[in-house]
Amino acid sequence: MGYASRSPWVIHYDGSSCNGCDIEVLATLCPGFDGERFGVVNTGNPKHADIFLVTGSVNEQNIDVVRQIYDQMVEPKVVVACGICACSGGVFHDCYNVIGGVDQAIPVDVYAPGCAVRPETLIDAIVAGVKVLDEKEAALKEQKRAAKKER
Amino acid sequence: MGKATVIPFGPQHPVLPEPLHLDLVVQDETVIDCLPQIGFIHRGLEKLVEKRDYNQFIYVAERICGICAMGHSLGYAETVEELMGVEVPKRAEYLRVIWHELSRIHSHLLWLGLAADAFGFESLFMHCWRLRERVLDLFEKTTGGRVILSVVKVGGVVRDIDGAMLREIVAVLEGLEAEYATIVSTLLTDASIKNRTVGVGVISHEEALDLSMVGPFARASAVNYDCRMLGRGAYGDLSDFQPILDTQGDCYARIKVRCSEVLQSIAIIKELVAKIPTGDIAVDVKGSPADGSQASNVLEQPRGECYYYARGNGSKNLERMRMRTPTSQNLAGMVAALKGCDLADVNMIILTIDPCVSCTER
Ligand code: SF4
Repeated sequence: MGYASRSPWVIHYDGSSCNGCDIEVLATLCPGFDGERFGVVNTGNPKHADIFLVTGSVNEQNIDVVRQIYDQMVEPKVVVACGICACSGGVFHDCYNVIGGVDQAIPVDVYAPGCAVRPETLIDAIVAGVKVLDEKEAALKEQKRAAKKER
Repeated sequence: MGKATVIPFGPQHPVLPEPLHLDLVVQDETVIDCLPQIGFIHRGLEKLVEKRDYNQFIYVAERICGICAMGHSLGYAETVEELMGVEVPKRAEYLRVIWHELSRIHSHLLWLGLAADAFGFESLFMHCWRLRERVLDLFEKTTGGRVILSVVKVGGVVRDIDGAMLREIVAVLEGLEAEYATIVSTLLTDASIKNRTVGVGVISHEEALDLSMVGPFARASAVNYDCRMLGRGAYGDLSDFQPILDTQGDCYARIKVRCSEVLQSIAIIKELVAKIPTGDIAVDVKGSPADGSQASNVLEQPRGECYYYARGNGSKNLERMRMRTPTSQNLAGMVAALKGCDLADVNMIILTIDPCVSCTER
């Protein structure tokens, strides 16, 4: 048994999902699956969030919103694509107003497939995301150290 | 009087589960105008009928909205069946309505939770969602899915529910009823909730008719209309069906109507389980809709009347599929209710009108 190195806060944005994945994201944090017992808290403020949960694919209208939220988050940060729509466009991949998965807009660290994504998958994805957060944090520290030495 | 300022609301906003953007024109603390901007979720799925045949399209149709997925697949299937003159077995009709009413319970509980969250009552939100999980467990047991059920097909349903499971459904709902009663009494009698909701965001009976509002929000303004009273499918076999009405038209009335509708759905399911006939659950559907054939259909979704229209062209692909969802009707009412309200009441009003953006934009 390992332990989680942190309690990640998450921010959720609905790209162009059908709501199926959104309500599963919320259900993950609510009684039943209770992500909150691991300290996973849903926040509305990008600056507070460690993990960005995006549901649904991106289109012309929302691609900027997705980018803006991502840019506002502070490093280290992790993006989880929730549901097959966010991974690749899914059942809507050949719709005229769908550009594709979220990775068309921002770098995605963890893909959580499913239609709708199951809460168990999401918990797995968040746990995987915590690991990525640790790695990114270590890399950031390394960078800072290297920069100091040079000076 | 201060100067008018525009406050942008959304698309990413803590109270909104879905991206909807509103430009609120505010003078002092009063909203004097409101301009909705939509298009964040538009996928263009109606056009997919050109690429998917009428059997495949049902899976796209149910992904119009993940909250009323069951309703959309049902509405689509009924429309295509009418287009092709397919007679669905009675047992399938009953099963469809049982699932549809279960999804109304899950949708209403979800919404009551979100409404509670909107006025900062987080524990009530959690309790509503806890009860909702039980309905989702029933879905999982009977169909394998939690929100997207994929259980309806053109010509019937793909799975049967056996007698033991039907009894379990009733037992679970009976267990739920008692706990639900406590939640409802909190929602409807708590003084702080009443302070936030009574007399807020009033839509009069005339306004509701003028703006052609539908669903529980119209019924809260005494509009006596519920598609279920048309008695299509298994609804026709109910001994009695009366829409639940209220006269006040404020946020409180909207909460009250939806609270009672959950109990109504439970009663409908119980009655149908008692009456369900034996027999086949699907018929084979062959051929394609004739060139020029048309069909339309209405269905009561959790958020109100949804209209479906289909036209065939002699091939496996439909010529046109069109839905008009409840929220596109209700948005006008929402804008009307927002005008003149306090800025702090905006989230309450939006939530009690409960826009389902992904239905609206498709
Ligand atoms: S993956 Fe499925 S459930 Fe999730 S948003 Fe897409 S269509 Fe909806």
